[in-house]
Amino acid sequence: MDPVNIIEGAVTALDRNDVDTDQIIPKQFLKRVERTGFGEFLFHDWSKDPTWDLPSNPILATGRNFGCGSSREHAPWALEDYGFRAIVAPSFADIFYSNCTKIGLLPVTLDEADVKELMAAGHGRIDLGEQEISFAGRQLPFEIDAEIARRLLEGLDDIGVTLQVEHEIDRYEAERERSGPVTTSLGRA
Amino acid sequence: MPSTLFDKIWDAHAVAKGVLYIDLHLVHEVTSPQAFESLRLAGRPVRRPDRTLATADHNVPTDGSTRAAQIRDQLSRVQVETLERNAEEFGLPIYSIGSARQGIVHVIGPELGVTQPGMTIVCGDSHTSTHGAFGALAFGIGTSEVEHVLATQTLAQRKPRSMRILYEGELGFGVTAKDLILGTIGRIGVSGGVGHVIEYAGPPIEGLSMEGRMTVCNMTIEGGGRAGMIAPDETTFEWVEGREAAPDPLPLDDWRELHTDEGAEFDAEVVIDASALSPQVTWGTTPGMVVGVTGAVPEPSDEGEERALDYMALEAGTPMQEIELDRVFIGSCTNSRIGDLREAAEVVKGRRVASSIDAMVVPGSAQVKEQAEAEGLDEVFRAAGFDWRSAGCSMCLGMNPDIAAPGERVASTSNRNFEGRQGRGARSHLVSPKMAAAAAIEGRFVDIREWS
Repeated sequence: MDPVNIIEGAVTALDRNDVDTDQIIPKQFLKRVERTGFGEFLFHDWSKDPTWDLPSNPILATGRNFGCGSSREHAPWALEDYGFRAIVAPSFADIFYSNCTKIGLLPVTLDEADVKELMAAGHGRIDLGEQEISFAGRQLPFEIDAEIARRLLEGLDDIGVTLQVEHEIDRYEAERERSGPVTTSLGRA
Repeated sequence: MPSTLFDKIWDAHAVAKGVLYIDLHLVHEVTSPQAFESLRLAGRPVRRPDRTLATADHNVPTDGSTRAAQIRDQLSRVQVETLERNAEEFGLPIYSIGSARQGIVHVIGPELGVTQPGMTIVCGDSHTSTHGAFGALAFGIGTSEVEHVLATQTLAQRKPRSMRILYEGELGFGVTAKDLILGTIGRIGVSGGVGHVIEYAGPPIEGLSMEGRMTVCNMTIEGGGRAGMIAPDETTFEWVEGREAAPDPLPLDDWRELHTDEGAEFDAEVVIDASALSPQVTWGTTPGMVVGVTGAVPEPSDEGEERALDYMALEAGTPMQEIELDRVFIGSCTNSRIGDLREAAEVVKGRRVASSIDAMVVPGSAQVKEQAEAEGLDEVFRAAGFDWRSAGCSMCLGMNPDIAAPGERVASTSNRNFEGRQGRGARSHLVSPKMAAAAAIEGRFVDIREWS
């Protein structure tokens, strides 16, 4: 993952609440076994509407509970491939939020009124190191878990970080792991 | 200090700060190929194949095909074959298409007994919350996290907040677990549970069968919850005992400790009167857009609801029982277990599906199908005019040939009524198996409590 620090540029507004991942990337595009190339299918069905306008910009500003529904990481992959580098919303669905942080697509949570102002401003600057977003002459702090921020800022690979405590996993398995049958005890069928 | 069921399971699995041990990792074909590919590129093995179980469900046709090679859609076939190849290469147990143990991942975990009280369970699928019905901490993850669990058998996790939804009163006649959870989502909203692990409690929950509890926990994600859970009790132990992967004897002394202590505190509490619930029907494009069957399509209160009515081609004020249907789908990880099929069969027995309706029943697993056939349920459904299919996710999400056509209106026992979920332009109404069965007979929604 590339490090994330400052994201600045034009803002695309998608002023809808409860946008689900089925809309972000419909199921017919989940059959690929690759991680890349999902951007052209972003909002596939909604984009058929003649009034649809979703320019590719560094920042996407949208409504509450963004990314609800299916756990498909294809949704953040598609948003990132399309060109977005940060998503600003009043709230995010849990799995979607986590998925974004794993690929370096920065989710920023901001009050609903502030998100609307950002949409109106059309341009913004997000500084992850300072945990601050600026637009229309305003500077606002935003909250993000310190460990998530650290991994994004340093572009760390989660698995690499966890394997630094592999001895703790070994010890857990030796001393505290659940006893009883495991999946391989079922045999073939 | 008194602790919650969630606290107890979390603490028992904390490996290091922010690292949670995973007891069971379920894998399916859609969200895993990129994870295996990354492992391969990094030269990493799967740490614990014996805590991993794979099955093919999303893409499988429900026409009785027994080998991946029979799947006509090339991309679907490649995805299932890729899973089979990855399982072989990394040494994982797999029950793919044609196996007597194949089925929807959230149906086979419990039925094989690999899902057990006190476990941490993850899967690259949001409906993993289903397994919380057994007093497990179970939640969906994305593909990067699937890779992380395959490589380390752990997850990097911040501890979510806790919520208890306490039900009072009792469920009325004809009101099921599905109505309980739909009514709950209608009350708390589709983001009401965000950031929280939800424990469902109270006599109406204790009175539910394991199938009913799985239905409730399954749809936790539709209320935004990170995970849903129910304390295990005698109903749970009886259900698990004797299953193929269950411990023998069951460690009941340990499992009886899996409950929230008196006086333990939750970050949020909601109390719901179960007696006030009626059979529920969704009218819009989120599971929170729901009313009782005696109600009518509501006046839209915001732009989102206006969009939903437009998509659903419904007018405010239309009584739910006047909505005419084209299709009925009984299946999905929410409602495809033997108990669900028995309830639906009881409704359709000796009756005929309305001529305007295309109706199908899709058992959740090969084992559920076998059991239903042994009980003659397949004959009941067939005689009524239902199409009796083989196990898979089917029309819940239409990644396989079971897709509703544009404009078709579907009464569905599944979990999501999102735009296009069951097919581009298709209009979904979520209901219980009983309500779906009665709707198939009448061609429209009826109040199951008064219908006979």
